[in-house]
Amino acid sequence: MSTPNLSIRDLQVSIEDKQILKGVNLSVNGGEIHAIMGPNGTGKSTLASALMGHPKYEVTSGSVTINGEDLLEMEVDERARAGLFLAMQYPSEVSGVTNSDFLRSAINAKRGEGNEISLMKFIREMDKQMEVLEMDESFATRYLNEGFSGGEKKRNEILQMMMLKPTFSILDEIDSGLDIDALKIVAAGVNEMRSPDRGVIIITHYQRLLNYIKPDFVHVFMQGKIVKSGGPELAERLEQEGYDWVKEELGIVDETVGHRV
Amino acid sequence: MTTIPELSEYKYGFRDKDVSVFRAKRGLTREIVEEISKMKGEPDWMLEFRLKSLEQFYKMPMPSNLNSKWFSLLPGKLDELNFDDITYYVKPSERQGKTWEEVPDEIKQTFDKLGIPEAEQKFLAGVSAQYESEVVYHNMQKELEEQGVIFCDTDTAVREYPELLKEYFGTVVPPADNKFAALNSAVWSGGSFIYVPKGVKCEVPLQAYFRINSENMGQFERTLIIADEGSFVHYVEGCTAPVYSTNSLHSAVVEIIVKDNARCRYTTIQNWAPNIYNLVTKRAVAERGAHMEWVDGNIGSKLTMKYPAVVMKGEGAKADVLSIAVAGKDQHQDAGAKVTALAPNCTATIISKSISKQGGKVTYRGLTSFGRNSEGSKANVKCDTLILDNESTSDTIPYNEIKNDNIILEHEATVSKVSEDQLFYLMSRGLSENEATQMIIMGFIEPFTKELPMEYAVEMNRLIKFEMEGSIG
Repeated sequence: MSTPNLSIRDLQVSIEDKQILKGVNLSVNGGEIHAIMGPNGTGKSTLASALMGHPKYEVTSGSVTINGEDLLEMEVDERARAGLFLAMQYPSEVSGVTNSDFLRSAINAKRGEGNEISLMKFIREMDKQMEVLEMDESFATRYLNEGFSGGEKKRNEILQMMMLKPTFSILDEIDSGLDIDALKIVAAGVNEMRSPDRGVIIITHYQRLLNYIKPDFVHVFMQGKIVKSGGPELAERLEQEGYDWVKEELGIVDETVGHRV
Repeated sequence: MTTIPELSEYKYGFRDKDVSVFRAKRGLTREIVEEISKMKGEPDWMLEFRLKSLEQFYKMPMPSNLNSKWFSLLPGKLDELNFDDITYYVKPSERQGKTWEEVPDEIKQTFDKLGIPEAEQKFLAGVSAQYESEVVYHNMQKELEEQGVIFCDTDTAVREYPELLKEYFGTVVPPADNKFAALNSAVWSGGSFIYVPKGVKCEVPLQAYFRINSENMGQFERTLIIADEGSFVHYVEGCTAPVYSTNSLHSAVVEIIVKDNARCRYTTIQNWAPNIYNLVTKRAVAERGAHMEWVDGNIGSKLTMKYPAVVMKGEGAKADVLSIAVAGKDQHQDAGAKVTALAPNCTATIISKSISKQGGKVTYRGLTSFGRNSEGSKANVKCDTLILDNESTSDTIPYNEIKNDNIILEHEATVSKVSEDQLFYLMSRGLSENEATQMIIMGFIEPFTKELPMEYAVEMNRLIKFEMEGSIG
């Protein structure tokens, strides 16, 4: 099998006629972890939602391919089945649907009719991953995200990622609201997924998470696009010096896109 | 890619050949009522009861917001119901079968299609099947019979248990209660009679199945359940009818007496064709420490007006009413619950879940009443509505009557829509839009389905999924 690839070329995205993304270019291969860092309001989360296909976002220009296929032509569920996953910043709650029922339906949606996962295999797999994430077994039978704390929701997102084993995962501020112990656990989950068959995009404004998940590439996001790229050393410098030197270097006064999202 | 199935049709809409051995003329006259009673070979007291009820029926006006406070914002569809177009009695066969083999072939095929004999073998203690006006099949496990449980159709009960019948019949829902109760009292036929002796607990459910097959037919079954002290019974009924261009009427009366410390659970899954008027009076009396539970699922029909009631007469009585209603195109589900506390320390819980789609209309109409002696009683009412599109609507009409200061009443109502974010979330995990919507709906009604016996929960989920197919996008 050839190396998996996610290619974003000149992606421009608007929300209610206001342009947020102004030409994003990024190529992620299997085995790579990319960190996208940037202050609030620069369009990082918009990139995540637009790639997954949230109906609120309109792609006005550019292209995205996943393993050579046109991602933007696909419905949200087709993108998921093509191997894309988004760990959301604010996952929805669905009452009356247990976490395990939901996960099993999602796994089976991907496997297709006639190829459903056996119940025993599913339970074993779920038990195993919940152990890695130090989640209480009651989370299997609780309703999807209902009454979960912020940290519990984040862990649940990572649990879904570990169960669905997507080719490309986007983690949208998965570290926000997590204490250091929870952060380590979530990072352990992501590291366990690391393999040449899978790529990860981590969106964050803090370098903190990157102490536990070593990125191969670091990108700085401002004004709706990537303005600077480098290796892990870039994240360290951002941690020590903040974003001002980047702005100065590039002559940016206001790093936001003028529309908080 | 998955394809969204075609717009679903009513699954039980097949009609079978008319095999009836007697069919009354359309319209309702004294002669017809006398004829029904005569054909059944009834005692005089029942004929008298019928004729008095008929007088009541003639006298009472059609319920409307003009003559009843209860029916403010009454659904307009009731005006289209014409009593002269209805056939009030259809006798499908000469005799009742004890085994499925004895049931006439055409009728048996109908029930086969509905999966009734199969269900009986698998998980029921007793089954009764009513076709048009009469019960055509009846059977119960020997074990229960030996413990003194009576489960038969109500016509048989009039003949074989006249003392029990005379004592309780028409006491919980008197003919003058409302126009449709009066109508039922005049022309009733079939339905179930259950008596559970003191301390006897029926571990597996008893079930009745009601099928209307004819056009313009009125089905008026009459059910009476007596759960004697300390006993337990779970009764399940299911109903379907074929689709015709004109309307049929289903107007049942259900009376239940739950004696001291007894418990009765009554589960209804109605899946009527969209041309059925479903106007039903259901009421239970719960005595000291007794527990009455209505689990009521309403899918389909043109108009359903049904408010399962519990009169908590004895101290510490409990009432639970759990209902769901699904209203689709041209349908109105006017459903709810009535609970009345007449004694101290009674507890009532009402949970109503309704779904409207494709222009359907759901109304929750509920009464919570606390009498002077209801010291320390409490009631909790929760109504949730899920609206699937912009054409569909919902109303909540709660009435409270409180004559005691020392009670607790809580009422909570929510109206929600399937949100874009929820759909996006579920779809981002690979579920199609259809699957995602279904999952949200299943979750919404989960408090209801989890109370059903497992086999029914599976069937209910299947029905709702079926009902929802094609209603999306």
